[in-house]
Amino acid sequence: MKFGVLIFPGSNCEHDAYHMVSKVLHLPVEFIWHQSKDLKGCDAIIVPGGFSYGDYLRTGAIARFSPVMEAVRKFAAGGGLVIGICNGFQILLESGLLPGAMLRNRGLKYVCRHVHVRVESVETPFTGSAQRGDVLQIPIGHMEGNYFADDATLRQLEDNRQVIFRYCTADGKITDAANPNGSLANIAGICNEQRNVLGMMPHPERASEAVLGCDDGLVVFESMVNSLTLVATRS
Amino acid sequence: MITEIEITPEVLARHNVTDEEYQRIVRVLGRQPNLTELGIFSVMWSEHCSYKSSKVHLKRLPTTGARVLQGPGENAGIIDIGGDYAIAFKIESHNHPSFIEPYQGAATGVGGILRDIFTMGARPIAAMNSLRFGPLEQVKNRSIMEGVVAGIAGYGNCFGVPTIGGEVVFEESYSGNPLVNAFALGIFKKDQIFYGKATGVGNPVIYVGSKTGRDGIHGATMASAEFDEESESKRPNVQVGDPFLEKLLLEACLEAMKTRAIVGIQDMGAAGLTCSTCEMGGRAGTGIEIDLKYVPQRESGMTPYEIMLSESQERMLLVAEKGREEEVFQVFRKWEIDAVTVGQVTADGLLRVKDHGVVVAEIPNAALTDEAPIYQRPLRKPTPVSSAPSPKSRSPRLACGPALRKFLSSPNLASKEWVYQQYDHMVRTNTVQLPGGDAAVIRIKGTEKALAMSLDGNGRYCRRDPKRGAQIAVAECCRNLVCVGALPLAATNCLNFGNPQKPEIMWQFSEVIDGMAEACRVFETPVTGGNVSLYNETLGEGIYPTPVIGIVGLIEPITHVTGSWFTGDGQVVALLGQLTAPSGEYQAGLEQSFSEVEREFRSLGDAYTLWANRLPCPPLDLEQEQRVQRACLEGIQNGLVRAAHDCSDGGLAVALAEMSFSNFQGAGRGAHIDLGAADFPAGVLFGEYQSRIIVTVDETHWGALQKIAAGHGVGLLRLGTTGGDRLTIQDGSSILIDEAVAELESIWRHSLGQYFQR
Repeated sequence: MKFGVLIFPGSNCEHDAYHMVSKVLHLPVEFIWHQSKDLKGCDAIIVPGGFSYGDYLRTGAIARFSPVMEAVRKFAAGGGLVIGICNGFQILLESGLLPGAMLRNRGLKYVCRHVHVRVESVETPFTGSAQRGDVLQIPIGHMEGNYFADDATLRQLEDNRQVIFRYCTADGKITDAANPNGSLANIAGICNEQRNVLGMMPHPERASEAVLGCDDGLVVFESMVNSLTLVATRS
Repeated sequence: MITEIEITPEVLARHNVTDEEYQRIVRVLGRQPNLTELGIFSVMWSEHCSYKSSKVHLKRLPTTGARVLQGPGENAGIIDIGGDYAIAFKIESHNHPSFIEPYQGAATGVGGILRDIFTMGARPIAAMNSLRFGPLEQVKNRSIMEGVVAGIAGYGNCFGVPTIGGEVVFEESYSGNPLVNAFALGIFKKDQIFYGKATGVGNPVIYVGSKTGRDGIHGATMASAEFDEESESKRPNVQVGDPFLEKLLLEACLEAMKTRAIVGIQDMGAAGLTCSTCEMGGRAGTGIEIDLKYVPQRESGMTPYEIMLSESQERMLLVAEKGREEEVFQVFRKWEIDAVTVGQVTADGLLRVKDHGVVVAEIPNAALTDEAPIYQRPLRKPTPVSSAPSPKSRSPRLACGPALRKFLSSPNLASKEWVYQQYDHMVRTNTVQLPGGDAAVIRIKGTEKALAMSLDGNGRYCRRDPKRGAQIAVAECCRNLVCVGALPLAATNCLNFGNPQKPEIMWQFSEVIDGMAEACRVFETPVTGGNVSLYNETLGEGIYPTPVIGIVGLIEPITHVTGSWFTGDGQVVALLGQLTAPSGEYQAGLEQSFSEVEREFRSLGDAYTLWANRLPCPPLDLEQEQRVQRACLEGIQNGLVRAAHDCSDGGLAVALAEMSFSNFQGAGRGAHIDLGAADFPAGVLFGEYQSRIIVTVDETHWGALQKIAAGHGVGLLRLGTTGGDRLTIQDGSSILIDEAVAELESIWRHSLGQYFQR
């Protein structure tokens, strides 16, 4: 089982993701350059956070044109696991792999702090090891994390249980005060209809080791590993 | 040679070059300079680049030690942290540009200090900054602060370095002259260090990074002059930062260094191409010849003068091994960054600048660097700042609870959450202690080590007593490190002062150096580099003398990392050091300061800042301070101390309140404290006595802690016990403070942000 971590010009959480896979999960991991046309046989792809292309045009808007994203599209269409974190989520939105768009945070400022998110669905390869309703403490760090979608899209997301994480209070209540950026319906993370592509604004890799004060985020990666193991045993 | 413009007194004045300096230039060259040469001299001999007023004093600082691999004189200092690793760190000011254009001024300050670190081969893993603004009641100060914080965030966040701490101070003297001091730290293996030296005659000189434009021409000269009403029209002198390009430059430089084809490298900061060429040549004792036609340019029609003096950001100059250029170019191509050979290293010691083959400047490198003018400027002790003690001896009995609330609401003491939540302080997943503690702490992956770092300054003390104020800055900085469990290793400093041509300012400077030198010797923290920022004056009004010290400490093993919050109920709260200090003068000053601002404590304004400005500089005994710190560190290393917190601004009461809060809102816990009977409780509660650390230990460890304190010959006073949801402080029988922790925390956490919601 091998993880791949994409690198775009301006990615800056690629080392964090790499460290988490290699030193915390103790699994093979490889960097994949944005101009690469194949994914080096990886079983799961992490689109890391950062400021791809400086976020100068619109977050993720230029990265989506990278050759590697064509490979990611094919990989996802074939059921491969793809997780986009923060800027990675924004890139997946711009690429059309996930629905919706990001607006600037309602406070108009970059926000870096720990938040709480509630696990809304465990029927994904990214949350299979969690319990529905679990409250995870995971940090955010972004300027454009204010998720937006039109009514029809939102309804579809809700109907299909594609909303995977919602910002909540420490005891799991979905309130406006617990929403750090103004996201629609407190959405912190969503998946695609096939449930193999996840985008989330909080950084689970920043909350995967006790020495960093919190390891609630690890469940996301453990779920991926469990899901891949299961697939491997079945086949 | 081009001599298109005549050098008149007006031209000299525009370049801030004195008649005497001009004569010196003529002597060095053996002829009149042309305009390009005059421009080059003017920036290299500017205060900012030459340290001409400060150099004679800086020599008194201790700069060597067993761990020092590189002291002052390079792009950054380097310290051995054991094992294979070394760290490079430095602090630098960007005060003047930040006043003129807060966002870009601060952003490019961050960009500049980051380049200083990675130019040495180190990957930046932490940034901090020390900021000083005028009172937030004034709209202008709020807008400067908002711009500065956004600029730091905009640059550091995109670059991908965590901004993990620092300080923010508010005082009227910084109203027209904010201070923006940016610190960065990087890590590398000891065999991966690169220096800014142009060695190897015949080696190619390569320009990499952003294209050169007309931005920032004469930034260094601007930073060496006072502000007047015209200053805002100097906005075009401020450079514009591109953090995305800098991130690419970082990755490309580190990757290119791995080829081992690079022999020397330096960033182009102040004075751009001029400074990097002559300094690299100067350090190696070589010459450099470049032809400007090769320099990538973003505008057409730039003159040699403009190209040499441009301060366009995100550029580096490197010298590669002859014949191996292609290995370097290949890396930069991958990252889509310009890299072009612009010249070569020569043996003649000259900086020779050609434009399409025609020599447009030819100056000995040494004349621009080591042999630049040095001034022994006159010193004069000013009349001491003191409010003459009034005969009135006793202040009215202050209502301590409301006073504490008032203190916690002061921007100077309130949580800086509004600031640091705008900074990505977690990227790189090393941040062990989130901002808000005594010192920032990051782990070093793959080792059992962690690094702690802190920035400290105290203009208001230095204004009263520059020497002792500087000692207190060093003492407090070390104390902060010790509180998180670190052994202080080495320092960097940023010296912010007014006009050095005023003997009183120069006296302050000299005193500060003496104080800092003595303290750094005592704490064994050599100064490995830093920056001097003079002419911090607006309309003839100087800032408080403000030396800022940054010290880095080592925590090993990482399990010794200690926080400043109460960690559980039923723990013993104790004070290491003395409750007060035997100084009648300070005591009298405290009492008087309270009586002077008593009214302010009942008004809406920032009573703490008004009060603190009236406080004398507290006494300090360096030897006593060191014993307290050693006792604390031993207690932590022996696994006894559960929490430790430095007692400084706002005194004991504020420190106790801070310990009762938490990183996470609503997670605080209270304590019950009894000071014993005090005859001047407000003084004991709020007096800013030095050399004190509050610690908590489990009851079972109390005896062991007592032994450690006794072993170091320092006082250890049992103050009370943690627990409950109220902070209660009594002196003997009467209750001085009895407040709900949640309420105090809410005041402390939200006060600063409220200024920006108006």
